Amino acid sequence: MARDSQAALVALNRFGFGARGGASGDLINAASDPRGFVKAELARPSGVLLEAPGLQSTQQLGQAVFAYQDQVKQAREAAKAAASTEAPAQAPADQKPALRRNLSLNAAATEVAGQMADARPADNAAKPETMQPNMAAPQPAKPAPQPLNVIQKTFRAEALARLQRATLATCGFTERLVVFWSNHFCISAGKGELARIWAGAFEREAIRPHVLGRFADMLKAVEQHPAMLFFLDNQQSLGPDSRAGQNRKRGLNENLAREIMELHTLGVGGGYTQADVTSLARIITGWTFAGRQGQLGAPGSFVFNTNAHQPGPQMLLGRTYEPTGLAQGEAALADIARHPSTANFIATKFVRHFVADEPPPALVARLRDVFIKTDGDLKALATALVDSDEAWKAPLTKMRSPYDFLVASGRLLARVPEDPGAYLNNLNLLGQPLWSPAGPNGFPDTNAAWAAPEGMKLRLDIAAQMGARLGNNIDPLDLLEFAAADAASIDTRKAIERAESRQQALALLLMSPEMQRR
Amino acid sequence: MIDCVENRLLTSRRGLLLGGASFAAWAYLPKFARAADGRDPRLVVVILRGALDGLATVAPIGDPDYAGLHGSIALAADGAHPAIMLDSFFALHPAMPEFSRMYRDKHAAVIHAVATPYRDRSHFDGQDVLESGYAGPGRVQSGWLNRALEVLPRGERVSSGLAVGPTTPLVLRGNAPTVGWAPVALPQADDDTAMRLVDLYRHRDPALASALSQGLQLEKAASGDDMKPKPGNQAAQMRQVARGAAKLMAADDGPRIAALAFDGWDTHANEGGPVGRLAFLLGGLDGALAEFESGLGDRWRDTVVVVATEFGRTARINGTDGTDHGTGTIALLAGGAVKGGRVIADWPGLKLANLHEARDLKPTTDLRAVIKGVLQGQFGLSDRVLAETVFPDSASARPMKGLVA
Repeated sequence: MARDSQAALVALNRFGFGARGGASGDLINAASDPRGFVKAELARPSGVLLEAPGLQSTQQLGQAVFAYQDQVKQAREAAKAAASTEAPAQAPADQKPALRRNLSLNAAATEVAGQMADARPADNAAKPETMQPNMAAPQPAKPAPQPLNVIQKTFRAEALARLQRATLATCGFTERLVVFWSNHFCISAGKGELARIWAGAFEREAIRPHVLGRFADMLKAVEQHPAMLFFLDNQQSLGPDSRAGQNRKRGLNENLAREIMELHTLGVGGGYTQADVTSLARIITGWTFAGRQGQLGAPGSFVFNTNAHQPGPQMLLGRTYEPTGLAQGEAALADIARHPSTANFIATKFVRHFVADEPPPALVARLRDVFIKTDGDLKALATALVDSDEAWKAPLTKMRSPYDFLVASGRLLARVPEDPGAYLNNLNLLGQPLWSPAGPNGFPDTNAAWAAPEGMKLRLDIAAQMGARLGNNIDPLDLLEFAAADAASIDTRKAIERAESRQQALALLLMSPEMQRR
Repeated sequence: MIDCVENRLLTSRRGLLLGGASFAAWAYLPKFARAADGRDPRLVVVILRGALDGLATVAPIGDPDYAGLHGSIALAADGAHPAIMLDSFFALHPAMPEFSRMYRDKHAAVIHAVATPYRDRSHFDGQDVLESGYAGPGRVQSGWLNRALEVLPRGERVSSGLAVGPTTPLVLRGNAPTVGWAPVALPQADDDTAMRLVDLYRHRDPALASALSQGLQLEKAASGDDMKPKPGNQAAQMRQVARGAAKLMAADDGPRIAALAFDGWDTHANEGGPVGRLAFLLGGLDGALAEFESGLGDRWRDTVVVVATEFGRTARINGTDGTDHGTGTIALLAGGAVKGGRVIADWPGLKLANLHEARDLKPTTDLRAVIKGVLQGQFGLSDRVLAETVFPDSASARPMKGLVA
């Protein structure tokens, strides 16, 4: 039995989001056929899609932002007209009005994060139990400073849909794959209002449909998604010799082209040069989205703007791409997706995520070959991982990321979130703000990042708060059975048995190596 | 300490909560800190992540090609927001009046056309090289500042609380113990629970035992409500982090050697000229330097602040009124111990033929030479230690003389 529980722990923790509490029987089901338990989710590609009432398309959301921004502008102008005298003199020297306008997209996102962070101490001082990630009840005592705007509402609705899906999934393997690919092709909501409102839609539209599909399709969907084009500035990039470039005396921006090769496909050292970066930047000029005027198409939708596209053939990675408009870039991406460096880069990152910080070379080589042989079939890649011996034999040494930890805790406690607020706050505290990584390379994926001293202390504080709030109603030893059964170490069992209170026992369980490692 | 290639990226180029600013310090006082001569040297390393446009910060206005290359965002000596002339050739960005004052007082210097040995244009590899002190990327076990600490005589442990930053920047990671602090207000787990968990980890998971123990100690050491982050803009947060850091470093038993990282310098689009996005960030940096000056009080006279970035940006602006990843850039020195009032540059010129790969300011000074010069001036490290331990295989980049008064 011990061996089966160990395999079940691998199935649930390495590949999924951990066992659910309540009457799920996850651990027992996983123990009877660990590989089958994990692979069951791969048989339902449509199960990766996420549709929930109220979640809107990128195009609809873009239009909502434009409308909201118009509203804000009108309100500001009205206020200005009302009180005309003193405003200009008050602006500090380093915050010129023009600059403020430029920053306002970011500033709003910062304010949201800031308000959330700021709200915590006040809440906590009065009622520590509000730190629960599973806190379902609204907080009646706290008057909201301002009603949420459409951007904040959308972000929270998208976050909630994702959290609920992860909490309810049987194993959670496909949701883990979504998180992996979403982080690989990350955008950051911190870029501005459009990025913030689009963050969830980007994942639903560009990532999820291809998680069990083809890499080349995901790549194309990502690089043509308005959220990515906005995040990495491509909507501003004009072919220097294009009509728009000539008229407006503007030109290339290399940002997206570089990150496509460095971070999305070939990897740094993957065999491209500065000339290739510039060339790809030229090739994808004109890849943009329609703005609020809708001159190029429906506002907020991807469009290829011929007027901004650099004319002429381009040389990229030793191959010439004829001037075929949008097809030029699509052909280039298709070839980059097939490049051997891409197969190697993806296989390495995939194994590092699921198996070990130092990925076993033989497994990486096998997955690379699968990627090449199947022309980037991501379901085949995931299947090959589950079929490998290494993925089952390697010890569970990876540290759960903050997102994994909070979701796994919610699952074990059998609490389906009804409000994303506490999760979002805790993710901010632990250094993994949802859909808002620091740079285009996404959140880190190694133990050093997530097992750092500060982070461990904060996790403990959060676990202690969960214990304080929920410890009364649960039996920690029952939960240990759900979480690990006889795969739990004797030390963990003893620590929980000897705890001075149920609250303390729950905190120790949530912080135990069985819950922290995957 | 635990090392990791991505650890530093937790702090953000486009950060929200902490505004992309972090602080960490050596956990010990140098043994000579209270030596009889009264000199008590302090060193602050400020890493600007994202690649600072050196040509926009200290503009070579005297170079006939500058205005054409930097186009719509070029600084000028006249106009509504004139750049501040540092000499007859170089002018400082008008968002930096404090640095300008320090420069006039000969307590600030600029090194121009400088770069690490890294010649490609990946932020992440470039930051590896800048912070690790190795000649190439991928070496992330320790940073040059940490290796410098290892050769300093170690005195007492610092007893002050420490400031902002969820992780230690690579430049300060390594064998020498460091401290930092995550500025959050969260009700804390009680000591008993914490000790039980440490005990469990000791039996089952030594790595987590070590991490958690350190985290608990740091929390105890931390102090001061005013060092918690407040929502606000990035420039204000730079000042705030610097204010907290300066307060700690001014204490007799506070840290002497620290590193900060400020993010957000990756100005691909709409960089702005005398006003705009970069101006806003430079204003934050300028304010941070002023906070160090005022916060360190008497100790400012023994202080050197080094400001460095992973590489520069294209000499010619791109098609979106910004600049793409480049090579040569600037380093800044500020502090009472700096022999300042100088722009140190072997100016390569901005003619197309003189640009690195016909696009970037050509580096003519090795950044390692500058940093080695500071470490030698402040702490007396030998040429050999600097060339072998602190910056391995860097003998050809000889320590720059006379940077420290």
